[in-house]
Amino acid sequence: MARIAGIDIPRDKKVVYSLRYIYGIGLTTAKKLCVEAKVDENIRVKDLKENQVIAIRDAINKFEIKIEGEARSEMAMNIKRLKDVGSYKGIRHRRGLPVNGQRTKTNARTRKGKKRTIGLGKGRV
Amino acid sequence: MPRSIKKGPFVDEKLLKKIRAMDESGKKRVIKTWSRRSMVTPDFVGHTFAVHNGNKFIPVFISENMVGHKLGEFAPTRIFRMHSGDRK
Repeated sequence: MARIAGIDIPRDKKVVYSLRYIYGIGLTTAKKLCVEAKVDENIRVKDLKENQVIAIRDAINKFEIKIEGEARSEMAMNIKRLKDVGSYKGIRHRRGLPVNGQRTKTNARTRKGKKRTIGLGKGRV
Repeated sequence: MPRSIKKGPFVDEKLLKKIRAMDESGKKRVIKTWSRRSMVTPDFVGHTFAVHNGNKFIPVFISENMVGHKLGEFAPTRIFRMHSGDRK
């Protein structure tokens, strides 16, 4: 029904919150879009009229918001730039370690992935 | 929080002086510096800096993409040698 930006069809939720399922749109942008498209943000997506859906799409185009593939590629480009330039941040990205100065003695599991025991030869558990 | 835009980018005075002198003389030479805290501005592009990392000077050639970073970002201060148990 409500197809905005390719295949994203979050229904049953209020418009502001379901817009956030689109990559590149957060709460702030979603609210801005609703205001621009003159859509009450408390309406459920399934109750949207066709012309309201179009209005939201137009709003996305108007603000030139990068969504989905475009947003992803922009982020990848930013990371690639850091890597190419040889900056500290780029090195951290390359190594798969946290970039913003977090501790790595413990934690940082999101970046480092599953625990691997290191050192002391035998490596039991 | 980033630095206020009003203030403009921070570059050490002594470093600016060296660059201006270099530009005027037209010679291309490596600029030795300890000023890791200086921001790379557009007039740095094309120069080569030897940035101190606390031990040695790391040569850094400034390309256009580096503008807006600090010089210290390109001269890592720590070296990681493997853990003793690591193989391969």
